Amino acid sequence: MSIIQAKKLIHDYQKIGEDGKTEVSSRAVDGVDLDIAPGQFIAILGHNGSGKSTLAKHINAILLPTHGTVYVDGMDTKDAEKLEDIRRTAGMVFQNPDNQIIGTVVDEDVAFGPENMGVPTPEILSRVESSLKSVGMWEYRDHSPNRLSGGQKQRVAIAGVVAMEPKCIVLDEPTAMLDPMGRKEVIRAAQKLNREKQVTILLITHYMEEVIEADHVIVMDQGKILMQGTPREVFSRVEELKEHRLDVPQVTMLAYELKKSGLPLPDGILTVQELVDALDAARAQRGSAE
Amino acid sequence: MIRDITIGQYYPADSVIHRLDPRTKLVGTLAFILSLFLFRSYAAYLVATVFLAGVIRASKVPFKFMVRGMKAIVFLLLITVVFNMFLTPGEPLVRIWKLTVTREGLELAIFMAIRLTYLIIGSSVMTLTTTPNQLTDGMEKGLRPLNKLHVPVHEMAMIMSIALRFIPILLEETDKIMKAQMARGADFESGGVIKKAKSMVPLLVPLFISAFRRANDLAMAMEARGYHGGEGRTKMKPLHYQKRDRAAYLTLVVYLLAMYGAKRIAGF
Repeated sequence: MSIIQAKKLIHDYQKIGEDGKTEVSSRAVDGVDLDIAPGQFIAILGHNGSGKSTLAKHINAILLPTHGTVYVDGMDTKDAEKLEDIRRTAGMVFQNPDNQIIGTVVDEDVAFGPENMGVPTPEILSRVESSLKSVGMWEYRDHSPNRLSGGQKQRVAIAGVVAMEPKCIVLDEPTAMLDPMGRKEVIRAAQKLNREKQVTILLITHYMEEVIEADHVIVMDQGKILMQGTPREVFSRVEELKEHRLDVPQVTMLAYELKKSGLPLPDGILTVQELVDALDAARAQRGSAE
Repeated sequence: MIRDITIGQYYPADSVIHRLDPRTKLVGTLAFILSLFLFRSYAAYLVATVFLAGVIRASKVPFKFMVRGMKAIVFLLLITVVFNMFLTPGEPLVRIWKLTVTREGLELAIFMAIRLTYLIIGSSVMTLTTTPNQLTDGMEKGLRPLNKLHVPVHEMAMIMSIALRFIPILLEETDKIMKAQMARGADFESGGVIKKAKSMVPLLVPLFISAFRRANDLAMAMEARGYHGGEGRTKMKPLHYQKRDRAAYLTLVVYLLAMYGAKRIAGF
């Protein structure tokens, strides 16, 4: 069974027009179908205004569909009675680390979710410990969040979600405000959770490098799914991505340009090592040809 | 740095007073302040002095930290003393020009001075030995009976603790906006009070906008983590009275009795 399923999801934002009366609606998500199996690492790509964040907010029932349906672990997000269960199943990490930390001490913040769920005290303590350890922030448990770096704060935020023991975590551009070091820390923490605890991860980002190791990549543009597939499949279509002003990883770009200027390289090279191997192979081929 | 600003004036130390339940400290402070106003006699104030000195000693907080709180009210104290001294009618004691110091006035002035001083020192003991978090926790649990009167106790405590968390963040933001505007030629330093206040207006607008944006984000994050008010919530560190709290309450009762006794028996 799929953990997240969206059927013809449409979301319109209502805005009050300039005269203060007429409502202007703009379509952020336009007929998206999703079907995500448990335990997968999914990346959603797209630039600003592509509707990826709006889509993410539907999974946690923060936003409700204008048309269509979203099922989280079989529960319809429109079902108000299941709201708590849905939020327990699908946790969410937001972009700004400062604006999602509620506690004044790290461990208190991680405990916030379980406290809301009414988990008994001894279990809260053990959950806080295990989730802080899983993101490598246990040593900072009695620090003030204000003194942590961006990457550390974002890991605390992830721990706060992990402590609720969700089956699925949606990370809505968790690295957009971080430096390169912090970005790596956060992505590694998410990958570790996916591998070790089989948590389904939905990573929303516009950094191509973070997408390479995902199981499945979904590219969104103007509220629609532009293309999807494995990272290799998606990044093979360099031309198409460029048309929509989307980047590809630097290595892929380099391989693509080399191929265009005549080197016999395969499509969809994702890592430096792959390019090195492919170049070696190309050289060997040329050697044997001569 | 601006991030290091501590809210309140917590003085970290390991003492009996620090380890007391925040509720005990809240009730104790309240009882102490009330006792100062209920038992008006020199003998009773002697008892209060001994009690306060004992508590300060037990808290291991240096005395100069207690006195620091006094600076803020020195002016108020002076006004109170002077007004009470000169404006209370009664038996004249000394006459300076047109002003008369009466016996009753002098007595009242002395009492007022003692009360105010002890009130500040007494509440400083509480704020110096309790973190703001413990304080909000203590208030939430201690005031829970008010829930029945539809006082939103949990919500108030939540608001307080969120405010505490965001004060340093907003201070930092103010600093950033100020620097950004200074880089474009804004002047926050020169001019009189009014000019300075006026130059703050362009600072407040972006600060307010950002505060609202943060509030919106935070509300969403709280909802995403299943926040639905105080009902059915559990606590990671629930407050439980310990043996030392019982001992503290007992000490408090003994103190109140001593105050009462001192006033009745000594009678001055």
